[in-house]
Amino acid sequence: MKRGFIAIALVTLGMLSYALHQAMVGAPMERTMGEVQRIFYYHVPSAWVAFLCFFVNFLASIWYLVKRSVKPDAIALACAEVGVVFCTIVLITGPLWAKPVWGIWWTWDARLTSTLVLWLIYISYLILRKYSSGGQTPVIAAALAIFGFVDVPLVYMSIRWFRTQHPQPVIGGGEGSGIHPGMFSALMWNFAAFTLFAAVLIYLRYRLEVVQQQVETAYADRALARDVRGAR
Amino acid sequence: MSTAPLAKTPGLLEITLATLVKDFRLEWRSKDALNSMLFFALLVIVIFSFAFDPTAEESRRIAGGLIWVGVLFAAVVALNQTWARELRNQVLDAYRVSPAPAMSLFIAKAVGNFIFVTLLEIPMALLFVVFYNLRSIGPVYELVIVAVLATWALVVNGTFFAALSIRTRAREIMLPLILFPISIPALLAMVDATTTILTGESSPMGWIRLLAGYDIVFTTVCLMLFETVLNAE
Repeated sequence: MKRGFIAIALVTLGMLSYALHQAMVGAPMERTMGEVQRIFYYHVPSAWVAFLCFFVNFLASIWYLVKRSVKPDAIALACAEVGVVFCTIVLITGPLWAKPVWGIWWTWDARLTSTLVLWLIYISYLILRKYSSGGQTPVIAAALAIFGFVDVPLVYMSIRWFRTQHPQPVIGGGEGSGIHPGMFSALMWNFAAFTLFAAVLIYLRYRLEVVQQQVETAYADRALARDVRGAR
Repeated sequence: MSTAPLAKTPGLLEITLATLVKDFRLEWRSKDALNSMLFFALLVIVIFSFAFDPTAEESRRIAGGLIWVGVLFAAVVALNQTWARELRNQVLDAYRVSPAPAMSLFIAKAVGNFIFVTLLEIPMALLFVVFYNLRSIGPVYELVIVAVLATWALVVNGTFFAALSIRTRAREIMLPLILFPISIPALLAMVDATTTILTGESSPMGWIRLLAGYDIVFTTVCLMLFETVLNAE
């Protein structure tokens, strides 16, 4: 297991390096936006990873409520944390790109606002976990995760009624969409590298959480054993 | 001890009503939640009046946002007390071991909060009309529909999340932290619907439909998950 993990981590490192080279050197320069367009290769894969993490968090939360075991709860926590990190990257790289291209840092557009609300929801999820204690944490966290996920379409619908400024999807977005093959391959490399990177991070965080829970259980057992000895 | 057969097992409606009546009797005698809520709402309105001193035309545009923000803050004060009362003397534990369905407890609490917050909204709305010199251009009955749907949207999730937050260390502050992010679509809908009606610019039906959808979706989720959360150990 350990050797397998190291191998995957090394592959991830290699892929991240190659994807970086592709994004910075390999991909052609965009005609109107110039170099700043290269943020795209980080912005879009990060958004994909964040949404994927939140989706897995939702599935793991349901799984926890059905099975009530340590594993799904640890996965849900790991995915929420990693998802929040990538969502933060999306929210930072977006304005960095928007300022030179749109002339403004931020606009209350459907996609931007939905991402921000999603980020707020999962921050509140992490705070709830932090502030609750004992065996009930996983249950109330799973309940909140389900609420948060159900909220996403409503958030998107409510905000779509404002004017949408965010660029439409460039791939498969209908007529006039499509990008240069060089850009496409750079984007795909970054998609693959970021997904793998997130998987490595989630796995590490998951292991840490499982070990943490084992340590807590061991402490509780020892305290209990001492009490029993003391009572005799 | 009587071994006579039970006359009748109380139904869902009867248990719900019994819980609701009990809460109202307690509230009527102590007036804990209502007094603090009303005074808090009054303070919010007065502070808003200092902060924004608009003309009649401007006030139509901003009143929708101000009044719902005021209601939201005041409602949190009430919602926080929903379950706190049941912690004393382990009433909540008694509920858990009783055969009464968890759903009836939730409905009673949510309906109770709905009535409390409605009682709060009426004087708040009147004060807004007085302080801001408001006059609606759109029909007033539409405002009532929005108010009912919006209040339920805040209260159904608020009641549920109050049950989550009483299990955390920072009880009172936890509720707004988890309630506000989830409520953003409902807040957007209630504020925009109210503004649209007050200014009479366009039809609020889209926002009203969104609010109704929000209510249906989250009432279902609350009813499905409440028993799990009540019994969380």
